[in-house]
Amino acid sequence: MQYHLNFNFIWRYSEKLWSGLLLSIELALVSILIGCLIGFALAVAYNGGGRLTRWLVAAYVEFIRNVPLLLLVYLVFYGIPSAGGFAYGATESFVVTLSLYAGAHLVEVFRAGLDAVPKGVVDAGKAIGLTPWQRLAHVRFPVMLRIVLPALSNTFISLFKDTSLASVIAVPELTYGANWIKTNTFRAVEVWIVTAPMYLITGWAILAALRGLERALIPRRRA
Amino acid sequence: MAEALVSIRNLKKSFGRTRVLDGVDIDVGKGEAVVLIGASGSGKTTLLRCVNALERYDDGSIRVDGVEVGFRGEGAERRPRGERELSAIRADIGMVFQLFNLFPHLNARENVMLGLQKVRGLTKAEARERADHWLAQVGLADRAENYPSELSGGQQQRVGIARAVAMEPKLLLLDEITSALDPELVGEVLAVVRRLAADGMTMIVVTHEMIFARDVGTRVVFMDGGVKVEEGAPRDLLVNPRSERLKAFLSRLEMH
Repeated sequence: MQYHLNFNFIWRYSEKLWSGLLLSIELALVSILIGCLIGFALAVAYNGGGRLTRWLVAAYVEFIRNVPLLLLVYLVFYGIPSAGGFAYGATESFVVTLSLYAGAHLVEVFRAGLDAVPKGVVDAGKAIGLTPWQRLAHVRFPVMLRIVLPALSNTFISLFKDTSLASVIAVPELTYGANWIKTNTFRAVEVWIVTAPMYLITGWAILAALRGLERALIPRRRA
Repeated sequence: MAEALVSIRNLKKSFGRTRVLDGVDIDVGKGEAVVLIGASGSGKTTLLRCVNALERYDDGSIRVDGVEVGFRGEGAERRPRGERELSAIRADIGMVFQLFNLFPHLNARENVMLGLQKVRGLTKAEARERADHWLAQVGLADRAENYPSELSGGQQQRVGIARAVAMEPKLLLLDEITSALDPELVGEVLAVVRRLAADGMTMIVVTHEMIFARDVGTRVVFMDGGVKVEEGAPRDLLVNPRSERLKAFLSRLEMH
């Protein structure tokens, strides 16, 4: 039997996809923001901390990075409420999961970035009398940011795509919306043909935004 | 000698088991330019970095304007100073580095302004005015908006000097500031330093440029193996070295 592509059903339910995409972007943005805060704070703690701090940060990073994200999603959504006795919504649960996941990956990025800030430049900050916090805020952080920006694009796009896992706990993001249409119209091929470019184009937009930021932040090279 | 601004006594410092400074005494009077010479590994750069606490010293003392740099308290009460105290002490001691070490994310003017605003507490307008004044002094009035990556080595180093002196330090430390420069760019940097010396800036200078040592130095200290071997007036010491070690060092330089 021949299969005839028919997109009519998709258009009828396209609202599911748009609202799903919007939620996917929101989930990614919030999680990336929280993840950056966790990642940077822990990177600073790791680079300046004692043995216990280093061990704790390393344990967090290793745990998160060696457990499948899907399992973490389940663990936080089903496991923590049943163990701790408090419940929260699927969306909040997923934001917590993805933030912790993002944080673990970003610790590594920021730590490598802080290490790559030339020691001489930090010495120059000391020499003009900047306090440790001032050196962090005005020298180490901005220099690090320019070093890690290219690596951040990859991480951010991965995290955006990882929002699709929220569909397994019924967070109505893009993949969930697509699944819903598929189940209600039996038009699986058409749904995925439409959904995949939505991820692709948004990924490109994230990349373009970061490239623009890079160009704005990193001064021109001397010819 | 004039009233001593810097007095270094029995300074000792080891990296692991390697003793880099093995009991050094040096005094620097107000307005003096003391030049440290010696082979690589003689301890001169380490000594310089101890003076503004970029390195900690193990024993002995360094006093700048009467204040012990690395420690607080006396005798049994003596404790290493914390980072906050060190920051305050460093603010009054300028340093210029071999590899310039400009802040790569800031343009020339902002490089000079950062310390003025954050450490000296100047307003943005005041800091900008003072930064532009010093950039003009080092001949870079037209480069204020350029980033370090857009400047030649000589220009970067002059920004480095402006950044240090704009803080109006009591003491300026120069760490082989021309070693990383192409030969044709050395002159422009040394001219700036010569003018600062003439204006009475107190300096400790580590250099391999003997001509510079002779021109700018009020006194030359020759170090070898972590100790001071000889010191004296530049014209005397560099022309009539007494110790064999200094003779050997100077003859090695002449061969280049």
